Parts: sequence; C-alpha cells; structure tokens
Amino acid sequence: MNFLQMIIPLNITKTISDWIYSIMPETAASYTIMVVIAVAYLALFAVAGLYLVLLERKVAAWFQLRIGPNRVGPWGLLQTMADALKLVSKELTSTTKIDKFLYNLAPYFVIVAALMAMAVFPFSKQFQAFDINIGVFFLIAISSIGVIGILLAGWSSNNKFALIGAMRSGLQTISYELSVGLSILTMVLLTGTLQLSEIIEAQRTGGWLILQGHIPSVIAFMIFMIAGTAETNRAPFDLVEAESELGAGFHTEYSGMKFAYFFLAEFINMFIISSIAVVLFFGGWLSPFGITENIAWFPEVIWFLIKVLGLIFLMMWFRWTFPRLRVDQLLTLEWKYLLPLNLMNLMLMAIVIWLNWTI
Amino acid sequence: METIIFYILAAIIILFAVASVTSRKILRAVIYLLFVLIGIAGLYFLVDYNYLAAIQLTVYGGGIIVLFIFAVLLIHHVELELEKTPLKKKLIAALLSAAGLGVTLWAISTYPFPVTDTSTYSSIEVAEIGRILLSYEDGGFILPFEVISVLLVAVMIGAIVVAKGKKLTENN
Repeated sequence: MNFLQMIIPLNITKTISDWIYSIMPETAASYTIMVVIAVAYLALFAVAGLYLVLLERKVAAWFQLRIGPNRVGPWGLLQTMADALKLVSKELTSTTKIDKFLYNLAPYFVIVAALMAMAVFPFSKQFQAFDINIGVFFLIAISSIGVIGILLAGWSSNNKFALIGAMRSGLQTISYELSVGLSILTMVLLTGTLQLSEIIEAQRTGGWLILQGHIPSVIAFMIFMIAGTAETNRAPFDLVEAESELGAGFHTEYSGMKFAYFFLAEFINMFIISSIAVVLFFGGWLSPFGITENIAWFPEVIWFLIKVLGLIFLMMWFRWTFPRLRVDQLLTLEWKYLLPLNLMNLMLMAIVIWLNWTI
Repeated sequence: METIIFYILAAIIILFAVASVTSRKILRAVIYLLFVLIGIAGLYFLVDYNYLAAIQLTVYGGGIIVLFIFAVLLIHHVELELEKTPLKKKLIAALLSAAGLGVTLWAISTYPFPVTDTSTYSSIEVAEIGRILLSYEDGGFILPFEVISVLLVAVMIGAIVVAKGKKLTENN
C-alpha cells in the first residue's frame, strides 16, 4: 500500500475498525464504533459551525469593504475559537419567573435536530453514517422538529420580544416548510427514489439533476434556495430575530453556551440546506464531468465541500444584499407566489418525465 | 439488543404519558406528549418501518404538536398553572383509563400472533406503498385515498370561510 492510499478516508476508517475489532469482542467493538462515529460527527459539527461563523464574518466584511476579523491567529483564523472559549466561560443567566425545564430544554431541541439531519448526508461514497431508504423524507421530518425548540425558547423566557420572535418563527417555518417539501418532491419525481446515495448514483451517468430536469429543475432549485433561506431564519427572512425590532428575538434571554447552541444551529442548518441542494441538484460528491472519477485515491468529499461552500456563499450573498421583509410580505411571497409556482412546477416536471423530455 | 431498546422506549413512552396527564403546566404537558410521540416513532424505526416513523415525526411531531404549541403560545402565559383537579374527577378518569387499559390488554392477550417467516423478509419500499395507495385493484386503497382528499379540500375551504367571516359576505 503506498502512501497516497493511506489518505483515503475509507482506509483510515477501515484501519481503525480493524484495530478495534482486534482488541475487543465483537458486540463491544460494534458499540465502540458507533460511539466513535458519533464523536466524529460531533467534532465535525462543532468545527463546521465555528468556521462557518468565521466565513460569515469575512464575507460580511468583504461585502462592506472592511477587513473583518484579523487579529487572532493568521488572517483571524482562530477568532471564532477564541469566541467559543469566551462563551463557554460565560455565566449562564436567566430571568425570574421562567419555566426552567423548558427554558433549558429548548437549545437542545434545536441542536439535536440539526445533528440528526447531518447523519444521513453522503459526504463521499463511503463517508455516510446512516443510509436510510427514506433519506430525503427523513430530513424533512427532522427539520420540522427543530422549530419546536425556537417556539419553546420564545415562550419560556417570559419576555414579550422573545414571544413575538417565536410566533413569527412558527408561522414562517410552517409556511416555508411546504415549499421546501414540494421542491424536493419535484426532484424526487425525477430520481424515483428517496435514498440519498441512490439519488447521487442516478446522476453519475445522466449528469447532474439540475441539467437532467432542465427548466423545472432550475425553478425547483430557485424555490428551494428561497424557502431554505427562510427555513434557516436568515436575512432577508430574519424576522425571528430582527435586531432593530425585537432585541435578539427568541434568544434574547439566553446567554453563554445556551446562546451559542442557537447560534451554531443556525449555521449548521445553513450547511444542511446547502447539502440537500447539493445532493438533489448538483450531484453530491460526484466530480464535475467525472474528472476525478478514475483517480482512486482522490477524496471525493472535497467536491462535496466545494459545492456546499459555494451554496453557503450564495446564502450569505442573499443576506448582505436584500433588506428584511415584513411579515405580510413574507406570507404573500410564500402563499401567493411560491406555492402556486411550486405546484405548477410539479405538474411541469411530471409532464417532462411522462413525455421523456429529460436530458 | 433490540429487546433492551424496546424496553427503554416503552419506559420512555409510559413515563412521559403519565407526566403529560399529570403536569399542571400546559406547555410542559404538550412537550411530554411530544416525547411520547417521538418514542412511538422510535418503535417504528425499531421494527424497520422507516416510512411510518418519518410520517409519525412529520405529522405528529412537526404538525400537530407545533399547532398545539402555537395555540398555547397565543392563549397562555408562562406563569399560569392549570387548576387542581377535584378528587371526584380524578377517580372517574382513573376508572375510565383502567377500563380502557383492560380492554386493550384483553384484546392483545386473546389475539394469536403468528410467527412469520423472517428469511424472506425485506423492508418495505416507499414506491410499493405508493403503488398500493393508488391501485384500484383488489387490496388497493384508491377509494379511501380520494375520500380523504375530498375531506381535506372541504376542511380547507371551511377554514377559509370561517377565517374570512363577515368580510366574505359583505364584499360579495
């Protein structure tokens, strides 16, 4: 085995699993491997969250012709690490007359939902923790749980601004969930499967799905990105935590690590929405034009991350370009424009597939 | 392994179900109910019925519970508590639930559970469910499917009429 083969993630995990099986009885070894995978995902989760925060600050600075964080570490790379340390050491404050149990539970709802969604993504051919046969549907199911955390946080903090933020969040998520689901459904119509690994396999020969389904696919992608931005409560849909109106919205009363959980979850949700888009429209870990398909040692996860970062950049671009919507504009956009458009698009996709017009 | 997970899930379900009906804070009761529903979804995952589990999470977890929370958010303040139930009501409720439990236990204990052949077993595909749902041959579910869709349309129109109220009649 040469050195290059050693850097493939597959071989590393295979070596580790062989080693664990060699020192332990079989059942104990399988549990140990589950724990190791969970810890690896947690680490990935934390690092991705922290560096997406840094990326957001750098992109924001770039859009506003500033330099951005540049003091801690080279090019400010350690800035968010320092921020995280600061947040860990901060006091956890709370107001009086809150519902303690729900107040403490709320951040975990948000973060656990985000972490569960991460488990089903195929980062590369071998790098997938849980290849469930209803993959996409599982993602929709999990993302509908996450909003409960925000609603609980807003209600249990006993603060009127937080409550208004939570109410806005509820109606926004319930409305836009529909568009996310329908645009995903449009693409599922094209692939004929819900399993994420099979959706990617379907794009190996026929090209990425955004090309295979041409017009309806592009419309579905645009709707998905708009609705996805709304699902993650980011600007221009950040009515939930609109600083100029509500203080900090639903997490006004949270401090220290509990606040950091909400903050991290927002960035992880952005990562999740971009990952769904990459899998459904841009071929997941498949390389463009198959340029690295025959290079056995090439870690395909790089392609996945490049595509995801591209889409995350797009979402940040939205944030620093568009002004915030009002509540009535938000609901008009969803119910009067996106939803009818989405239903028509679904019919169009069905016709395209029925008449075999796919590329 | 499966047995252990089953008992853990069952304990979670029973514990939170009891907590849900005994809690005097309404939103806590709703959250305990959510844990019960998630536990049931866990049971579906355990028997390898992923589709139903995801439906359980989406419809009950994401839909109905969010609706409950929304209603509570609108009408209830965080400091309010529900009134204490009088002893008479408690007794009636206990008797009724004991009767319900008895009927369920009797039904389960008298039903013979035949052991199926596990060698030919494969987990159910979503495509298969879809086909049966829309098939009009024997064992197809097209009629109930269509009846439910008509019912849902009626409910939606009804909701719009109720929500619009007077404005609808005055303008038209």
